[in-house]
Amino acid sequence: MTTNGNPRRTPLYPIHVKLGARIIDFHGWEMPVQYSGIREEHFAVREKAGIFDVCHMGTVGIKGKNALKMVQKVYTGDASPMREGDIHYGLLCNENGGIIDDVTLFKVSEENYFFCVNASNVSKDYDWIKNVIGNDAEAINESETGGIIALQGPLADDILSGVSEGVDLKSIKTFKFDYGRVAGVNAIISRTGYTGERGFEFFFEREKALLIWEEIFKAGVGMGLKPAGLGARDTLRLEMKYTLYGNDIGDSVSPIEACLERYISFDKGDFIGRDALLKEKESGSKRRLAGFRMIDLGIPRQGFEIMIDGMVIGYVTSGGHSFSTENNIGMALVDTRHSVVGTQFFVSVRGKELKAEVVETPFYKRKK
Amino acid sequence: MGFPDELKYTKEHEWARVMNGNEVRIGITDYAQKELGDIVFIDIPSAGTEVEQGNAFGVIESVKAVSDLYSPVTGKISSVNEKLQDAPELVNNDPYGEGWMLSVEMSDSSQLNSLMDTAAYTAYVEEVKKG
Repeated sequence: MTTNGNPRRTPLYPIHVKLGARIIDFHGWEMPVQYSGIREEHFAVREKAGIFDVCHMGTVGIKGKNALKMVQKVYTGDASPMREGDIHYGLLCNENGGIIDDVTLFKVSEENYFFCVNASNVSKDYDWIKNVIGNDAEAINESETGGIIALQGPLADDILSGVSEGVDLKSIKTFKFDYGRVAGVNAIISRTGYTGERGFEFFFEREKALLIWEEIFKAGVGMGLKPAGLGARDTLRLEMKYTLYGNDIGDSVSPIEACLERYISFDKGDFIGRDALLKEKESGSKRRLAGFRMIDLGIPRQGFEIMIDGMVIGYVTSGGHSFSTENNIGMALVDTRHSVVGTQFFVSVRGKELKAEVVETPFYKRKK
Repeated sequence: MGFPDELKYTKEHEWARVMNGNEVRIGITDYAQKELGDIVFIDIPSAGTEVEQGNAFGVIESVKAVSDLYSPVTGKISSVNEKLQDAPELVNNDPYGEGWMLSVEMSDSSQLNSLMDTAAYTAYVEEVKKG
């Protein structure tokens, strides 16, 4: 997606250029793929801290008296037990049970919820939600006015405590948010992320993005904080088996196939996609998203075929080298029969069949 | 790190260093390793395999990219750098030293004359950068 054919830039683009980032096109956005190097940024997040520009991601609010009812209609999870300050992860599904997007849902108040959505899906999600809820509630695309920065890693709390006010960081538990000031700017501070490490994401007025980034950077650089790009974001999330929309999940993949069934609440009542998903749950999915490790030397890449006895039984959805485990790992949508841990199959790597094994996930477990 | 004067270069960014007699050592340039980023895997054939000037002999993979490796000369592989299997990052850290890839026994040493010297390669990289 582009605006007038031109790539879009976040408010932090000048910082990325100043830091010498390598910039790539990411769904129509000019984003940093790396600054100092993907390996270095990966380990900064695992061992110290990394700061990510995620202003390209979007937020779509659902507001009004019927907000909860409408959230329940468009979202697979059950939002009814949520309290203010709670965050849920879940899916937006189409009538066929395919995934429109994976989202985090924030409850601000009884009449005010918002979804944090993938950059590539902002317009699609907003149009779909608006269409589904009609006049029953108000759908608001807040993506153009909001900014998001992520601070991830074991030192994230220490760094943030130096630049935040009016908030008790320790009291923000996983998948909760609170309000405070970061670099003097009012922000929603959430204990969320996409790396598997402790950390935060901040939601604030878009024009304050540079100020917040610079203050956090100043506070953290002496502690080992590094700017981290899309490359590290991808290697980190892959080690956690966090699915990526467009790679591992998409409109023709169901949450059950993607092993995201625990984010579907069939008991809550009707929601879009429920019938199809219930049918699939009862009859069983033909495919499953398996996490695997290469036994032979080679790197699995997206799209490579998975073979058993010369037959194609699936394909790689994401893959690469895991710096933390020193294995070459991947996810693959494969025939359900071949998705169980311990199964061996072959990945077709440029004409060579290389042996791999389905393993327990996540691939990486955070050090306590 | 630049481009050492004693090396010869290909348009695909490999370097060749004449070792002794007809043997050349081969790797990729500092420019190439920087362009690739963090290198995570190198697939090169074992000693004894024949390679041909200008033809792909192996593959190098970084986190984000996969590239073919092209032989600067024709001949037989006499040795490969086994260290790269466990530590492919040596190519990033020391492309002209510890990050060498293989040695080839040339069948025709005059092929070296068709490769670029440092001045020519430096100019070539500047052209490539301009796009």
